[in-house]
This record gives sequence, structure tokens and C-alpha cells, in this order.
Amino acid sequence: MITFDDVTKLYQGGSRPALRNVSVDIDKGEFVFLVGQSGSGKSTFIRLILREYLPTTGTIHVAGQELNRLSSWKVPALRRQIGTVFQDFRLLPGKTVHENVAFALQVIGKKSSEIKQLVPETLQTVGLSGKGDRLPEELSGGEQQRVAIARAYVNRPKILIADEPTGNLDPATSVGIMKLLDRINKSGTTVIMATHDSTIVDQMRRRVIELDEGRIVRDQKKGVYGTA
Amino acid sequence: MRHTLRETWSGLRRNLTLTLSVIVTIWVSLTLFGAGLMAMQQVDLVKGRWYDKIEISIYLCNEVSTGGNCVPGQEVTQAQKDAIRKSLEANPEVEKVYFVSKAEAWDEYKEVFKNSPLLNDTGPADMQESFMVKLKNPEQYKGLVSEAQGLDGVQNIVDMHAVLDPIFRWLNALQWGTMLMSGLLLLAAALQIANSIRIAAFSRRRELGIMRLVGASNFYIMAPFLLESLVTGLLGAALACGTLALGFELIVRRNAQVSIQSLQWIGWSHAGIAMVAVAIIALLLSIIPTVLATRKYLRV
Repeated sequence: MITFDDVTKLYQGGSRPALRNVSVDIDKGEFVFLVGQSGSGKSTFIRLILREYLPTTGTIHVAGQELNRLSSWKVPALRRQIGTVFQDFRLLPGKTVHENVAFALQVIGKKSSEIKQLVPETLQTVGLSGKGDRLPEELSGGEQQRVAIARAYVNRPKILIADEPTGNLDPATSVGIMKLLDRINKSGTTVIMATHDSTIVDQMRRRVIELDEGRIVRDQKKGVYGTA
Repeated sequence: MRHTLRETWSGLRRNLTLTLSVIVTIWVSLTLFGAGLMAMQQVDLVKGRWYDKIEISIYLCNEVSTGGNCVPGQEVTQAQKDAIRKSLEANPEVEKVYFVSKAEAWDEYKEVFKNSPLLNDTGPADMQESFMVKLKNPEQYKGLVSEAQGLDGVQNIVDMHAVLDPIFRWLNALQWGTMLMSGLLLLAAALQIANSIRIAAFSRRRELGIMRLVGASNFYIMAPFLLESLVTGLLGAALACGTLALGFELIVRRNAQVSIQSLQWIGWSHAGIAMVAVAIIALLLSIIPTVLATRKYLRV
């Protein structure tokens, strides 16, 4: 599903590469934790998958497309296959829960009949049925993150990327979010989650890729957060 | 589609004062631009008409004439006249050469001065013979004038260009002045559009960020902005066209045309051309700054 082949990314003006010679394969349906300190290259890794940047050297394949050769007008089509969730939720404050989720479908031109069916379905999946008319500010942090996940998942993407999704949440709430991501993963979606939360990584026992100063220093099936 | 229209409408409303100021700037600058175009067409028309009529008159010496290449007391000889005619007809710029005899000149003189005491002191003998020359291209007159000045028996060359050229120079300056001013205003309008779109895009940056993230197409993202500036631009253009039509009707058709009938005046077809140009400029003025201003938010 995602292949990095000897990828190095040097930002303009950066003194050292954000990623160095990274090669990695992530298969369809995998659940991968991306761990490492701040500045280790996790965000760069994610932004390269989203094709917000191109690698300086090396090639990246995502969902069957070679990103280096993907012309920029095809990038939207790539992003429709990737759902993304952030630490700060990034909901639209003026729109209700339902509208926030529906927005993601409207702007890619989905029919309103389809939207009417998919949005409540997805809200139910994330455990927010009945809260469609609320505004984001009326919800708890955990609920807001569920809305964000619903928005990322409503178009049934092949890949779900979560960048520190539990970073702003308390441990109990985080467990709920992780259960939700696990359920989404079990439905066949590849999930990549960047995190600092060692408890979660240790409990889940999934594949762990650890980055340090832009290099992959560990890639472990059923790994834990710290070096075992 | 509904989303696009809704966003366009809310964008126009959100910055109502800004939208209005853009419309007014476009209105004024395009009116000036259209007026400049119409003035330009008017000048061309007048030029074409007058230049067509202009003939260069080459006056020949008579017994009392002085100056030029005249020998005092001596009238131009037949040989000299033949030589002048030959030389004029050989000039490639010349279309036709007419000879005006003393008798013909006297007839015209009598017509022009029929109520004047001058007529009593003058007779046919005081008239000068002349050649009237019609040019193929009325603007190419300088070569012929300098050539004729060197010929024996030529007293004076009267050339309407000398009179008209300064007038046309002023008209030209006026035209280009108008165009330059409207150009500056159009530039201001373009910057204003770019700015208002940038502000609109900034105030919607969260939406834009999410649209890009979930894979909305660039056109879809840009469409509300494009429509917004198209509406503004076309409103400005419509106001400008209305002003031009009104001004044309009141100033040219009801006033100038009536009081100065000897001139040929531009008609509605000319005004139409100016309005079409105004509309085209308005389109470019809306599209180009918008595309440039939103580029930052569309970069993938």
C-alpha cells in the first residue's frame, strides 16, 4: 500500500535531512505506529505520504501510484484515498457535526443522496449518533476527535493517517479513540499512527517503526514503544 | 454547484464594502478606458476624412509675386510649368495632379470674397496659377513638399498638414493621456481584486486546508473566488458600459454631432467596439489577479 525506497528529504534551507535513506513497506490492512522524538522525521514521513512534499531523492509509492511522477492535478485523487486526523482535530467551528463530516463529501462532488446515507452511518460507526446537530465547541475533546475521524473515514479511504490523535486527550478517552481506530483497521483500512503515547503502543502490540534523526532505527512486528 | 454559489454569495456579502470599492474602481477605470478607445476611433475617423480631402497646393509665380523660387517681375514660363508637372507626376506618392488656371482661381476668389471690398482692387491677373496634388497616402507628404520646393517657378506650397498636424498631436496626447490614466486605475483595480481575494481566501483558510486534505479539485476550490471576482468585474464593466452609452448619447449624439456637423462622428458601432473591449478587459481583470492570489492556497 505504501512503499518508501531509499527516501531522503532535505528541506530548503535545512542543515540536515529530515529523513535519510528511509526504505519501508507497509502492506494493505496493516496497523503501524510511527514513534520517535519530536524532530525525528515522523511529520515529514506523513507529509510525504500525503504528497505535500516530494522527496529529495528516492521514490515513494502510495496506493499504486508513484508520487514522484504524479502530476499535481492528480494529487486530489490520491488524497481522496487517504483520510487524515490531527492532534488539534481541525474541525470547522461554524458547522455542526453533521455538516463537518458532510463537508468532506460535498467538496469532492458526492451526490447529496449519497451524503445523506453515508454521514449518519459513519457517525454511528464512531459512536456519535444523535449528536449530528451539535457544534464542535459543545463536544468534549474525545468527541471532537471522533468527528474528525468520521470526516477522515466517511469516504472509506484505503489509508487512514493519524498524527498524534490522542495527544490532546486524557488516557481514558484515548483508549476509546484507539478502539475506534482498531475497528476501522479491522474493516480493511491501513492505519498509520504517529504517537508519543507509550501506554497505547505497548497495549496494542502492533507494528512499530521508530525514527531517530531521520533514520529508521527499529521496525518491529508487535512492538512496544521503548526498545525492548 | 450549490456550495460554489453559496460560497460566492457569502464571499461577496462578507466583504461588502471592499466589494463595493472594487466595483467603483473598475467602473471608473473601465469608463475612462472605454472613453479613451472611443476618442481614439473619433480621431482616426476625422483623420481619415480630413486627410482624404487634403491636397497640397503648389502656387506658381506671377508677375507680382515674390519669394520662393520666383524671379521678381517674371511670370512662370510654360517650360517651367511642364517641368513641374512632369516632376510631380513622376513622384510615386502622387495619385493625381490638377492644374488650376488664373480664371479658375479668380472664380473661387470671387466666391470666397464676394462681400469684401478686396474684390474691387483685385483682378484675374493678380491670381496665381497652381497645381493641386492628391497623394496616394496623405500621411506621406514630406518628400513631395521638399521636392516641389526646389523647382523653378514655384512660389509657395500650401500644405494643410502643417495646420492639422499640431491639432492631431494634441488629440493624440489627450488620447494616450486618457489611456495611461485608465491603465494606472486598472492596475489599481487589479491589485484591489487580488487583495480582496487574498483576504477572502485567508478568512476561509481552514476550509481551504480541509478541502485540499480531503482531495477537492483545484477548480472546485478556486471556483467561488473566481465567480466572486467575475461578478464584481462584470458589474463594474456593466456600469462602465452604461456610463459610456449615456455619455455617448448625451455628449456626442445630442450635442457635438448637432453643433459640429461638418465633422464625421463615431456611431453606435464604434461605441459597441469600445464596450466589447471594456468587457474583455473586465474578464481578464477578474480572472488573472484571482488565479495569482489563490495560487498559494492551491499549491499541492
